[in-house]
Amino acid sequence: MILYELIDFEILRVIWWLLLGVLLIGFALTDGFDMGVGALLPFVARTDLERRQAINTVGPVWEGNQVWFILGGGAIFAAWPPLYAVSFSGFYLAMFTVLAALILRPVGFKYRSKRESTAWRSAWDWALFVGGAVPALIFGVAVGNILVGVPFHLTPELIPMYDGPFYAKFFGLLNPFSLLAGLVSLAMLLQHGAAWLALKTDGMVETRARRFGPFFGYLAAVGFALAGVWLAVGIDGFAFAGEVVTDGPSNPLLSEVIRGGSWLDAYGDRPWIAIAPLMGFVGILMAARSFGGHGDLSPLLWSKLGIFGVISTVGLTMFPFILPSSVDPNASLTVWDSSSSHMTLFVMLVCTVIFMPLILAYTAWVYSVLWGKVTVEDIEDNSETVY
Amino acid sequence: MELDVLELSRLQFAMTAMYHFLFVPLTLGLSIIVAIMETVYVMTNRPIWRQMTKFWGTLFGINFVLGVATGITMEFQFGMNWAYYSHYVGDIFGAPLAIEGLMAFFMEATFVGLFFFGWDKLSKRAHLVVAWLVAIGSNFSALWILIANGWMQNPVGAEFNPVSMRMEMTSFFEVVFNEVAQAKFVHTVSAGYVTASVFVLGVSSWYLLKGRHIDLARRSIAVAASFGLASALSVVVLGDESGYEATLNQKMKLAAIEGMWHTEPAPASFTLVGFPDSEARETHYAIHIPWMMGLIGTRSLTEEIPGITELVEAAEGRIRSGILAYDALVQIRELKESAPANLTAQFEAHSDDLGYAFLLKRYVDDPREATEEQIVMAANDTVPTVWPLFWAFRIMVGLGFAFIGLMVYFFYRANWKGMTFPRPALHLAVWMIPAPWIAAELGWFVAEYGRQPWTVDGVLPTAMSVSHLTISDLLITLAGFITFYTILFVVEIGLMLKYIRKGPYMDVAETDAWMEKHEHRLRTHDGRVPGISTPAE
Repeated sequence: MILYELIDFEILRVIWWLLLGVLLIGFALTDGFDMGVGALLPFVARTDLERRQAINTVGPVWEGNQVWFILGGGAIFAAWPPLYAVSFSGFYLAMFTVLAALILRPVGFKYRSKRESTAWRSAWDWALFVGGAVPALIFGVAVGNILVGVPFHLTPELIPMYDGPFYAKFFGLLNPFSLLAGLVSLAMLLQHGAAWLALKTDGMVETRARRFGPFFGYLAAVGFALAGVWLAVGIDGFAFAGEVVTDGPSNPLLSEVIRGGSWLDAYGDRPWIAIAPLMGFVGILMAARSFGGHGDLSPLLWSKLGIFGVISTVGLTMFPFILPSSVDPNASLTVWDSSSSHMTLFVMLVCTVIFMPLILAYTAWVYSVLWGKVTVEDIEDNSETVY
Repeated sequence: MELDVLELSRLQFAMTAMYHFLFVPLTLGLSIIVAIMETVYVMTNRPIWRQMTKFWGTLFGINFVLGVATGITMEFQFGMNWAYYSHYVGDIFGAPLAIEGLMAFFMEATFVGLFFFGWDKLSKRAHLVVAWLVAIGSNFSALWILIANGWMQNPVGAEFNPVSMRMEMTSFFEVVFNEVAQAKFVHTVSAGYVTASVFVLGVSSWYLLKGRHIDLARRSIAVAASFGLASALSVVVLGDESGYEATLNQKMKLAAIEGMWHTEPAPASFTLVGFPDSEARETHYAIHIPWMMGLIGTRSLTEEIPGITELVEAAEGRIRSGILAYDALVQIRELKESAPANLTAQFEAHSDDLGYAFLLKRYVDDPREATEEQIVMAANDTVPTVWPLFWAFRIMVGLGFAFIGLMVYFFYRANWKGMTFPRPALHLAVWMIPAPWIAAELGWFVAEYGRQPWTVDGVLPTAMSVSHLTISDLLITLAGFITFYTILFVVEIGLMLKYIRKGPYMDVAETDAWMEKHEHRLRTHDGRVPGISTPAE
């Protein structure tokens, strides 16, 4: 089949790098507020009815939102197999923790209000808190580690190997810069969750969400700025040393990579990418400011812009690197040497072009059907059928 | 058994996959049964059908959520525990998984929320469409997952790329229309339909035994028996199709299932029962049915089905050929562009057997240095342990026929005996509830354990696929999964039982309104209006 040669391998790789970003951002924008609501639950909702009110704002949509995560995993597998192989096994225990938290969460939503007992319900409230806060933190920590470099190397047969003792796969991740990145991610998603609650609830839950939201927003903005400074002064970047083949077979070991300079050099080479951090700051800060206003929707829209900006910043700053290796820079995974084959990328692109607009359309329809606030009265009236 | 990273990883994968499959079959079948019930509701407007839709829908929801939750583990576990597998075949295997998300899972998960929360927000017809989209989404999910799995059994449409050291796709069409995948898909979803039918039948029978919710139970039995009968027949017929496909590509799996130690003159006999003995390479106390194996396996009287001993000899030859491919591959990698043409030719001539050289990696780092003894050992490794396969398969097939019997009986009573069911039959139906799960798990066991020692048949051995983790990593996650999954299982069963005991939720106002409207039609000759539903006790 020659059809796939309609689009250059190099261009397909860039498209799939962009789509990777789309999926991560889609996940953060949708599942992000689910996690935020979970993590905020003990603070913004005190009584059982209030908690049910908060939970039922995400009740009908968390399943669809979570698919962004599943699809993200599937798409990385299909389009970036070496990334899928190295990162998930390299972050093994961290991944397990995320999985455990993400498994707890749906079960918590669904099962919490199916029994009357207070002990049962408060246990699931904790599960929802953990299921929201822990992944939000770990995703940020993972991004921090990617910027610092991950200790893996590849054998000539491209078998991924990890250096250091097993616990390094968990505690080794918790270096100061990565913890800062985790904090940014957590604060950002907490603000996002608060923005969602401000839109979807009334009464005390809305009041508290509007009160807590700005705090997390400012925290995220400060953390994001600090991380930028830290990247400028404290962390070495990665760069190709010689000629780079951008349309050859995927084998990370074929290109030479050196460590040195700064990640922020990218802003000298491609000044236009500064728009990404700018959007991050504007979005987060405007969201924080708009909680006090009367608009229901504006905190959420600004928060979305902020998340979009922050995630794009990471991608654009690192391009073309995806997963640099701290111990063997040559093994670093980049856009040019860790994708699927030309044909697979093409086939997957065709599928995405067909199905992604459909997904966006029916997701939008579902949200529009569910439009409007969830009130305490709704919960009381439909106590048998809602979460 | 020595517990190394490989064995622990296999144990973890088997455990989490089989656990996931406790929830999947019920989702596959119950989504359709619920959609059928809602269709009847929309067509007839009878509140009882809405009540049934909501009642079975609640049970569907409790089950669905654990299917989703445990599916997350599956999507990420390949990368976590099978890193080299993910690298080596991700170019092909990843695609159906991603398409599953794009095409099916997104649809089912987005609409399932609306199914539960949209009763008052949508028109009847729109809600019905949502119910069907959930059912279709679930079933399409299964299609893509089985395309991925089918490729592991029969790796078509791909070839090895020596530069990127992995398999790469050569034909998406072949991967999607892999006969093995198609046969497995229909067999698996039918098994899901049987599971849900037996579940609905069993729970309804329990209500009849207790004299509760009679109307709901009878109608549910009518749906379950018809749907279940068609599905039970399809499971067996298409299971046979799977067997036929296995003859064509996984001869060793077939030979192991049948305990066929040696090639028999065609048409081979089928061993009904017996005690396979791997040491002696024979099946003791075997009862044979002449000709039957040849007919099932080859659909002819003249084709031979090779036995285990002959297949091991063939594997030995392929290992020797694989070593030549491996030798050329290593040299090409070192010499890069300057590799002479004869090396490339040597590689191409033997590259189909490269995976067989990898079988030696268990014994020696460089397959080229393998001794004669190691080659023989590696060839013997291509035989999976026979007795578990032999028995698992026979129990599965036995259960398959039992489901047909059960469904025929209930279908007959429902349609020709005025919906009357003798108590022993109802008791039997209740006791049969766990049986489809047993059959489904055994089915997966046969398919995947029978694939050993390969993750991708003939291409990549399991021993090479595994991530380079430590025993501690595995012990932590294995302990975590066991604890966590056990708790979830107890919680799930507890909730299921609670909601089954509680019975359907009756919307009194709606039922009364309907009764009033249709009173003239319902009034019997003695002037009484019979209840639409048996009131909750």
